[in-house]
Amino acid sequence: MTTACKGFLDEQFLQLEELQDDANPNFVEEVVTLYYRDSARLILNIEQALERNPLDFNKLDSLMHQFKGSSSSIGAKKVKAECTLFREYCRAGNGEGCIRTFQQLKKEYATLKKKLEAYFQLARQVGPAETACRPK
Amino acid sequence: MTVEQGIGQPRDQFPIGMRVLAVDDDPTCLLLLETLLRRCQYHVTTTSQAIAALKMLRENKNKFDLVISDVHMPDMDGFKLLELVGLEMDLPVIMLSANSDPKLVMKGISHGACDYLLKPVRMEELKNIWQHVIRRRKFNNKDRNHFDNQDKLHHGSSEATADQKLNKKRKDQNEDEDEDRDDNEHENEDPTTQKKPRVVWSVELHRKFVAAVNQLGIDKAVPKKILDLMNVEKLTRENVASHLQKYRLYLKRISTVANQQANMVAALGSTDSSYLQMSSVNGLGFPNLAGTGQFHNAAFRSLPPSGMLGRLNSPAALGMCGLPSSGVIQIGPLPTPGHLTNCQSQFQSIVHTGNDGNVLQGMPMSLEVDQIQPNKGVTYIRELPTDVNNTTTFSVSNGFQDAKIMASSSNSAFLGVSNKPLMLEGSVQEVQDGRQFGKQSSLTVASLDSGFSSNFLDHGRCNDSWSSAVQSTGDQSNSFGINDCFKQATLLPSNIRDSMSTMALQSGNNPSQVSSISTVPIHLQDSKADLQCQIASIRSNTRQIINNAPQGWDDQSQRRDATYHSNAECSSINSVIPNHGTGSPMGQSLDPNNAIFQKTKSFNSTRQSDIVDPFLLKHNEVDNLAMETLMSSNDGYVIGQQKPQGSYFSNNFGSLDDLESVMVKQEQDKVTITEEEFGFGSYSLRTCM
Repeated sequence: MTTACKGFLDEQFLQLEELQDDANPNFVEEVVTLYYRDSARLILNIEQALERNPLDFNKLDSLMHQFKGSSSSIGAKKVKAECTLFREYCRAGNGEGCIRTFQQLKKEYATLKKKLEAYFQLARQVGPAETACRPK
Repeated sequence: MTVEQGIGQPRDQFPIGMRVLAVDDDPTCLLLLETLLRRCQYHVTTTSQAIAALKMLRENKNKFDLVISDVHMPDMDGFKLLELVGLEMDLPVIMLSANSDPKLVMKGISHGACDYLLKPVRMEELKNIWQHVIRRRKFNNKDRNHFDNQDKLHHGSSEATADQKLNKKRKDQNEDEDEDRDDNEHENEDPTTQKKPRVVWSVELHRKFVAAVNQLGIDKAVPKKILDLMNVEKLTRENVASHLQKYRLYLKRISTVANQQANMVAALGSTDSSYLQMSSVNGLGFPNLAGTGQFHNAAFRSLPPSGMLGRLNSPAALGMCGLPSSGVIQIGPLPTPGHLTNCQSQFQSIVHTGNDGNVLQGMPMSLEVDQIQPNKGVTYIRELPTDVNNTTTFSVSNGFQDAKIMASSSNSAFLGVSNKPLMLEGSVQEVQDGRQFGKQSSLTVASLDSGFSSNFLDHGRCNDSWSSAVQSTGDQSNSFGINDCFKQATLLPSNIRDSMSTMALQSGNNPSQVSSISTVPIHLQDSKADLQCQIASIRSNTRQIINNAPQGWDDQSQRRDATYHSNAECSSINSVIPNHGTGSPMGQSLDPNNAIFQKTKSFNSTRQSDIVDPFLLKHNEVDNLAMETLMSSNDGYVIGQQKPQGSYFSNNFGSLDDLESVMVKQEQDKVTITEEEFGFGSYSLRTCM
């Protein structure tokens, strides 16, 4: 894990790296790409749900649960933390808190993406053969 | 080992090559999981849809060793999938979730998960999951050995019930073991299996058990004494004790359905009720269950001996199927609609797998339904109907023999007599029909057999009686003094039978009529002839009952009860039939019973009663309907759910005339309805449900 990503990613990411091998040369990138796609969809859904009035906390909680699951799968530590916080607000029925947390979450998410991008670039440089494909 | 698994993985290398099915709607997690599993050198199949996963699992039960599933999924709740898999395929399922809430974990455990992992999932944890497979295999082997033996008989030809398959699978899986599935004698216990072979309660064994219990008196029946009376080698007191417990539950269930009948049944063969329950309940575990389920189907199918069967088949099949879907026959109170659905799906899927979708397939599943069993049973029933279509009385034996369902013994028992065809018909038909049915039927039969084997034996007798009864149905002239007959018909053990009889009894609120019916199923053993009579009587009773029932039903609640009863009757009858030969006798008797059943069916739901009525009027239709109802009702009833309603039945039947008039009226409406219903099978059940 690069230093750049430190704090943003946890050991889970390490595991992803470990799983990458000759048989699976672009594994990390694949997973991360999938994550981007899936999480983009989730974020959109959550945004839409947050625009409703009144807020459907159950739905929000459920959506966030999914988001948390995939975030934790790639080791997105900070994003995951925001997810947890968001869910707590949901359970408390705190719409304000949810919205606030969601903003924060989006920021973390954006940051993570940048970091990962940098990571991949680095990886590509270092391991040309394996990281030849560009992230989408 | 047999190639059940179809995988080239040498078993010795287990856990390498263990076949895992991973289900998760989150693509990220799924990919990660897949990769991790591959790293562990497992053979991985992934899907993001629970429904697709179920489909895959159903396609080939031996295709996978383990299932890992996420809890939160859009198309189906992970717990539900878990339940279904456990019921249908008996595979170890591991739950996966990002939520570590202990309540969820508890829920997972109560639904049968063998493990609960948290996301993100780690390699170390996945490395150990193979233990669950081994553990299950080991435990299953024991059972399987017994089952297999039984299964073998049954499913010689077909995959036979899921259990069997499982057995096969398990056996295969058991490293080193080569069970002989086909040949029953499960002596083959897997080498790795435990030393203590699981006792498979075959029809015969069950019969002995019931006889012993009856001899001692249900109250005084203690395992030790039963064991002594039974005098079966290798049977331990514990085996008997647990079986007795189940039997008692079954009896209880039956009694709730049809108090009176239960009593009768109990009197006849207390075992029956319990058996019915047991059978149904057991679902997988209980061989009977499978049988029962099937029986019902078979029974139903066979009911329409002549044409009816045919009719039933299609509609029945449908109906039957419908039944299961509705939650499996549960005609009565469906304990868990949700569950039913599962069952249904299960059944349906099951059914389809083998045959045309004969319910049989589903049946195995349905068997699972314990209480809901009706569901399970229902499924079976449904299946049967389809099979039954044809030859109401075809030499069931033929069919069965092939189908193995009846497993030789059963066949003979059931089919043994061409007369019996009724029961067998259902099954046989299936068998004959095409093997599809055969398969199905075999399944059913097999399942029934397996489960009921003991029952069947009794059934065999019953079959005869049924067949004759059934035949009578054909003749329609049989109007045996059903009442008497039925009672005699100790339908027995085949729990189903009991249920049926009870049901029959119930349905025939007409005390005489109904009771006879119920009795019949249960004690088939005793009096085959009785059965016949019973069947015939049932039929007549059904008619009457139905007639009567409608009256009662005018009041919806009453109806319900009536239907309930009728269903019970039907079910019992059906069950009875199945037992015999999977319903061949039943099938026939069903006709009259059908009427009754029909009623029952209709009774269950207000609609149902209506439907039933018309049917009654139309004997034929009724028969079919009855069959269907029976089937459905059986499902429901047999399962013993019907408890509440049973009582109504008796009340309602008071006036035949009224019933008749009611029925007539309803008939017109209902007929159509019923027909539809039956065709769709789930009609009564559905309504009930």
